[in-house]
Amino acid sequence: MNPDLLLFEKSSPGRRTLRLGALDVPQPDLTRLPAGALRLAPPALPEIGELDLVRHYTRLSKKNMSIVDSFYPLGSCTMKYNPVLHEEAAALPGFTDIHPWQDAGRLQGALAILRDLERDFAEISGLPCVSLHPAAGAQGELASLLVARAYFAERGEGERTTVLIPDSAHGTNPASAAVAGMRAVTVVSAADGGVDLDDLKTKVGADTAVFMITNPSTLGLFEERIAEIADIIHDAGGLIYMDGANLNAIMGITRPGDFGADMMHINVHKTFATPHGGGGPGAGPICVTEALGPYLPLPRIVEDENRLRLSEEAPDSIGMLRGWAGNFSVLLRAWCYLRRLGPEGIRRVSENAVLNANYLRARLRERWHVPFDRLCMHEFVANTRFQREAGVHAIDVAKRLIDLGHHPPTIYFPLVVPEALMMEPTETETRETLDSFVEDMLRIADECDQTPELVKQAPTTTPVSRLDEGRAVKQPVLRFRAE
Amino acid sequence: MVPEDRKYAASHEWIKMDGDTALIGISAFAVTELSNGNEGDMVYCDLPEVGRVLATGETFGEIESVKAVGDLNAPVGGEVLEVNTSIEDHLEILCDDPWKAGWLIRIKPETTDWGHLLDAEAYEGTLAEQA
Repeated sequence: MNPDLLLFEKSSPGRRTLRLGALDVPQPDLTRLPAGALRLAPPALPEIGELDLVRHYTRLSKKNMSIVDSFYPLGSCTMKYNPVLHEEAAALPGFTDIHPWQDAGRLQGALAILRDLERDFAEISGLPCVSLHPAAGAQGELASLLVARAYFAERGEGERTTVLIPDSAHGTNPASAAVAGMRAVTVVSAADGGVDLDDLKTKVGADTAVFMITNPSTLGLFEERIAEIADIIHDAGGLIYMDGANLNAIMGITRPGDFGADMMHINVHKTFATPHGGGGPGAGPICVTEALGPYLPLPRIVEDENRLRLSEEAPDSIGMLRGWAGNFSVLLRAWCYLRRLGPEGIRRVSENAVLNANYLRARLRERWHVPFDRLCMHEFVANTRFQREAGVHAIDVAKRLIDLGHHPPTIYFPLVVPEALMMEPTETETRETLDSFVEDMLRIADECDQTPELVKQAPTTTPVSRLDEGRAVKQPVLRFRAE
Repeated sequence: MVPEDRKYAASHEWIKMDGDTALIGISAFAVTELSNGNEGDMVYCDLPEVGRVLATGETFGEIESVKAVGDLNAPVGGEVLEVNTSIEDHLEILCDDPWKAGWLIRIKPETTDWGHLLDAEAYEGTLAEQA
């Protein structure tokens, strides 16, 4: 049997991993369901024995490249290592076997963890009012923009619907503005990679609702004019939103609330070591000023006489965006992370993330062009300008790194740098791992000079080499169909 | 080589009078940057409705390759008279001939004063800086 076949193709009638006993409860009356909801024939599910099933998924897992087997400097994504102990905590029956509809008296431990976490995030952000409700960073952005709209509506300033966004921003920023019914306007970057204040001044006005800024920016640079920017926006009556995607570079050192932010979201999967993506639940808590607090989503965690409960009593709230008080088990992992590190440890996380990124930048900058070559934060952007004559692009370098055993950096983002290679080593890597990556990047630079075809033909060690990404977009095959 | 019979925006769009209307497209440099020279890597182009009135600098569409999405900005404002719809399904036309057959939209320009745009030499100068 070809081991690379799909489970459907490996199926053989009658094979099972488990045989269920005869039905020993009454058959429900299916005729009460609407006719359109009833299947006329059983679904064509694959039939396969347990051993073949285990081999199938084990083989697939070996083709994966992840943080547990490779260095993973995927800029902007913060692929730091997530400690196993957090998984053990999240699997404790006291957490897994509870339900938000239980009597609050039996949920005090879980609610106390959420309450602690709100306090921790308020302290780290410098913004006192926190909602753990949003299910991801992007939903945090949306929730915050809805909070801003509610705030302006209450003040009789409903005409403020313009959201100013730097051209180096994450694509979620303009998308969130559009979903919130607001208008996104781009502000260009200055030559040093920061926000162009002259351009900002021409675009700010009586229609300005929010300026969304990522600081440090997606170029890995701290916005040194942030205080001036905050004054420009606040003087015009607008609010500053901080995209907290890069909070992991500054926590314990400076606070967004102290440098002028009125609201922000936190990507717990980046900064506080909770699992990344994979289709599972996320969390994007938001922190706002006292003035914006009344508009935060429901439910809220409130404390009456030493007893915690979820409350929906907040007349000015934008309401619920999803069920319950957030994705609890994800937030629990963030709580564990904070408790293990403590204030000093949190600061050292940021210091080491910045140190590691600057170490990589310093060791690579002579062979790989760094367009904004100054002290960076937790990540930096290089590109293939030095390799232009060899005809080597960022995609080629990424593919060659796979051959050499490293996950590639982020490529072609941010858009303001052509042929970008965006590298973020994170604080969890050793000097030895960083050195090994540097050696291989220098080796690729040599190959670009001497044997560029080798780089352009990579990868050669993978089950398949270059895929036709254009056709995958234009003619996607999204599901298996039997012949 | 950049044609001298038209004007350019720094964001890589060109505009050229054609009779008493004007054609707008994007430069060969922009196409190559998006596609890395591989026309199969261009995946999508979204163009405006006929009749829409564009302001100078307004984004009228977007073009996407496997590596990036780029905004299409009007170098000069005006009403959209015609859209090169063949491009939307056949991006290879744009890749093969961005200067002529690969035009994107035809507009009735609100002004023929294009002093804010770059001539061929100045546009080529900006490309040299980016190379």
